[in-house]
Amino acid sequence: MSHSEAELKNQVKIYISVFVALMFLTMVTVAASYLDLSPLATIAVALLIASIKAGLVACYFMHLISERTIIYAVLGLTAFFFLVLLLSPVYSV
Amino acid sequence: MSSPGEIRYIDHPHPVSGVTNAKLGMWCFIASEIMLFGGFFSTYVLLRAGNPAWPTGSHLLNVPLAALNTVILITSSVTMVMAWYSLAVKSLPKFKMYMGLTILLAFAFLVVKGFEYGMKFEHHIYPAKNTFYAIYFTMTGLHGLHVVGGIVANLYYLFPGSKMWETNPEQFTGRIECAGLYWHFVDLVWIFLFPVLYLL
Repeated sequence: MSHSEAELKNQVKIYISVFVALMFLTMVTVAASYLDLSPLATIAVALLIASIKAGLVACYFMHLISERTIIYAVLGLTAFFFLVLLLSPVYSV
Repeated sequence: MSSPGEIRYIDHPHPVSGVTNAKLGMWCFIASEIMLFGGFFSTYVLLRAGNPAWPTGSHLLNVPLAALNTVILITSSVTMVMAWYSLAVKSLPKFKMYMGLTILLAFAFLVVKGFEYGMKFEHHIYPAKNTFYAIYFTMTGLHGLHVVGGIVANLYYLFPGSKMWETNPEQFTGRIECAGLYWHFVDLVWIFLFPVLYLL
């Protein structure tokens, strides 16, 4: 993947910042599990934090934030079919 | 111009897609992996929703060890992206250092996992014990196998594979970027596995 010199120089700072954020969010994940929340709230909080962590890894380590349309298209299609996979046992004929 | 059997657009982007064929291929593979693990996650949801007596993960599983593994794997993702970055700024020695670190951290993950499984087996807890353990061992086991696969690929790129840097540095950099995409995906799966299995 071609990056310009200027873009590259910034990358390391971004990687370190994302690493710090991921470590912090991991601590939050564990801490949040000790809160006495309703089952639905516990699941929602856990998945929300996991999604933020996943988003950071995807956007910055996998360079998705500056990726080409075709990759977004592949992932969009995947997301659609993943939902189909998730919901098809529930709504099976 | 290109010889038969040669893969084109491997060291420069394809004019239509805008990315190398390697990167497009790797993302398509990752898409198939999302379907694989997604199927298991949806299995977990269905099993748990249909089972009111489902245990709380944190009561049965070793949360501190799993949290340690989360830290190990996230750190290995950083060293992996730094390995690619080192090639982007044309430093082979830095690449080797970061790739070596990534592999060591991956081994550390497996060692911790080994202790985790070992403690379960010591107490005669196996996948056949009940549905909870069946899905726990299956999902973490499948993920562990993916870690092993990543280690094999990364070892190849660190040792014999790095010779390509001398003949085709762009293609080699692309290979490491793709290896990185795979490794970050393995990390992503664990980022979801950890709270779902151990904390919920």
